Amino acid sequence: MADSIRMQVTRYTPGPDSVPTVAEYDVPLRKDWAVLDGLNYIKDHVDSSLSYRWSCRMGICGSCGMNVEGEPKLTCATFLTDYAPGPVRVEPLSNFPIVRDLVVDIEDFMEKLPRVKPWIIRDDDVTVIDGEYLQTPEELAEYKQFSNCINCMLCYAACPIYGLEPDFIGPAAIALAERYDLDSRDRGQRERLDVLIEKEGVWGCTFVGECTTVCPKHVDPAGAIQRYKLKAAKENLMTFLLPRAAR
Amino acid sequence: MYRQPVSRLWWLKKRTYFVFVMRELSCIFVAWFAVFLMVMVFAIGRGEASYQRFMDWAASPVVVAINIVALAFLVLHTMTWFVLTAHATPIRVGGRRVLAMREARVAGRIVPAATAVRVGGRQVPAAMVIASQYAGLVVVSAFIAWLVLR
Ligand code: SF4
Ligand code: FES
Repeated sequence: MADSIRMQVTRYTPGPDSVPTVAEYDVPLRKDWAVLDGLNYIKDHVDSSLSYRWSCRMGICGSCGMNVEGEPKLTCATFLTDYAPGPVRVEPLSNFPIVRDLVVDIEDFMEKLPRVKPWIIRDDDVTVIDGEYLQTPEELAEYKQFSNCINCMLCYAACPIYGLEPDFIGPAAIALAERYDLDSRDRGQRERLDVLIEKEGVWGCTFVGECTTVCPKHVDPAGAIQRYKLKAAKENLMTFLLPRAAR
Repeated sequence: MYRQPVSRLWWLKKRTYFVFVMRELSCIFVAWFAVFLMVMVFAIGRGEASYQRFMDWAASPVVVAINIVALAFLVLHTMTWFVLTAHATPIRVGGRRVLAMREARVAGRIVPAATAVRVGGRQVPAAMVIASQYAGLVVVSAFIAWLVLR
């Protein structure tokens, strides 16, 4: 095995740069090194001005998402050796504005997420004093998969629809809506459906399916969206067939 | 901040994007077959001579070529639709269902497919859910073939 690999990294500094450029760095190629370790090597030994986000190094925090050879990946969970002999291209996540180098602005998602009310909604006024809401392991299993989302934004970067129609609320937000809808303690389905039944909601999706493919936590946002479409279609049919009072 | 442009040729960048755009296109051919069948029914309704004229038209090389292309798109449409249904409707077995992301192989291509249903602690892969839809398609086709050919 060669002992180094070339990384082609996007560099961009607002102000001096009008467009991003590509810089090349040779980093040690070690069996246990992820792409993120390569970036850390560059920052520590070559150019300390390189900017990128990371924290946990173990696929939990969701902050290290970048496009590696064009595919959205968690760079802490993507090994350099898989791209040997190189070079390996590292770019900021697509579909998001670049703040600097590999750092993207996810403000758009932060604004959209609360719209689907990703928290437990109750119609009663039970307080902590009255005790907890109980849930069986089966009821937990219903939504557990969707609760594994780490907001890494790989699904948004993979979604061509989001790239073309930035108003689309997007895969992770819908998967999280489904997570709360499926929670036996929740009563908020109606409120979430009101948001997602709109054009920018589930109907924006045309089922490319890439979100599910790239998701590192096996959340399957594409599946969540298809199920939501079914709910929305049912609701539209009911509105059409039944008078308001009977619904 | 720098806004990353979306290239006009984005759909050529990945195989999955390309397949997706082709699937969207396939609806034109679904419509084509619907119209084709309707024209045939009208022709039959107008009697023997008109039916014969329709058949002659349908046998012309251009129409045959269109139909071959349309059939290819219809096959793609059906395959992707089956995968989608496996996504959209989790199947309940034994009173409880478990959703899980799995991959299925359709025409040699790995595609995302959900709905692994757990039966007595064992998971039935999505590929099997999809396979059962094909089985249904075969049954329906066989019935129609029997109706037409008997
Ligand atoms: S759904 Fe998956 S890919 Fe999308 S943000 Fe959540 S963990 Fe990341
Ligand atoms: S650094 Fe936390 S997910 Fe990669």
